[in-house]
Amino acid sequence: MAKFNKKGKKGVPALSTASLPDIVFMILFFFMVSTSMRQTDRLVTVKVPEATEIAKLERKDLAAYIYVGTPIPSRQAQFGTDARIQLNDAFKSVNDIRDFIAAERETLSEADRQFMTVSIKADENVRMGIITDIKQELRRTSALKIMYNARKADTHFGN
Amino acid sequence: MARPVQEINAGSMADIAFLLLIFFLMVTTMDIESGLQRRLPPMPDENQKQDDIQVNRRNILVVRLNDSDGLLAGGEMMDVSMLKDKAKEFLLNPADDVTLPEKEEKMIEGFGPYRVSKGVISLQNTRGTSYKAYIEVQNELVKAVNEIRDDFAMANFGKKYIALDEDRQRIVRDAIPQNISEAEPKDTGRKR
Repeated sequence: MAKFNKKGKKGVPALSTASLPDIVFMILFFFMVSTSMRQTDRLVTVKVPEATEIAKLERKDLAAYIYVGTPIPSRQAQFGTDARIQLNDAFKSVNDIRDFIAAERETLSEADRQFMTVSIKADENVRMGIITDIKQELRRTSALKIMYNARKADTHFGN
Repeated sequence: MARPVQEINAGSMADIAFLLLIFFLMVTTMDIESGLQRRLPPMPDENQKQDDIQVNRRNILVVRLNDSDGLLAGGEMMDVSMLKDKAKEFLLNPADDVTLPEKEEKMIEGFGPYRVSKGVISLQNTRGTSYKAYIEVQNELVKAVNEIRDDFAMANFGKKYIALDEDRQRIVRDAIPQNISEAEPKDTGRKR
């Protein structure tokens, strides 16, 4: 019966890793479903203000994003620490918003254009001056649906 | 003579899956898009002579934020925490006070006549106001409207506004409009 015990000592049986791919795929699918592709590299630091009455944006694909905040530390030597506007992947001025909105409109289908929402992601420390300028520019380009990005407040004050 | 099909080695499958997983972790974001949704008023036509729409004084609640984030609502300084009650009192006008907004009988489709308040909250800010304070005030005003809507929905349909179906939500929206106007910037020192 030497055939059946080739090795004399009995070791710990090897851990089966056959189901490891399944587990990893499961996690992978979870991430694929629950996340969305990153659109742009952030050039400004944005900590959006808190609010309690926030509503979710229903159609993410119909949103155009305007980031407002101080440039990230690696860009501060070039652009300073004053609040700047970021459109797509570059710092822009208020006057560029018109072109930006027009370009964003072009990417949407005819039927969806009226539902386009401009999401303003502004840092809580920026002054309203720059926001007012943006709002006026948006009104001029008649992109009237806007959203002030905010995060859910952890603590409720008042009631 | 058929050869037995050789079994594919699946040992590296986990590695491939891990690679894909890490790729997706890097290039995607998980942040939920949420915030306060607003509708801006359309730009008035420049050629058109601007005739100020005469709104009765009692129908306007002016909320002002100054450079140092001080809040002035209806002519009195107050804290942000008090703004919601002020706004609710203004929009509801339960005692039909002559200094608070008038109401207009309106026929709401599917519901019947309802006395809709003509009150408009006008939010004004200066260029120096901080965005945080501005959002805080916006939030309080929206909260006031939402609470009134919830009360109305509770009284008439026995459910909160958010739990109602589309049609009833429209009724509630018609009965309690969210009239928050973001006025033309009026501040000085504007370079253009």
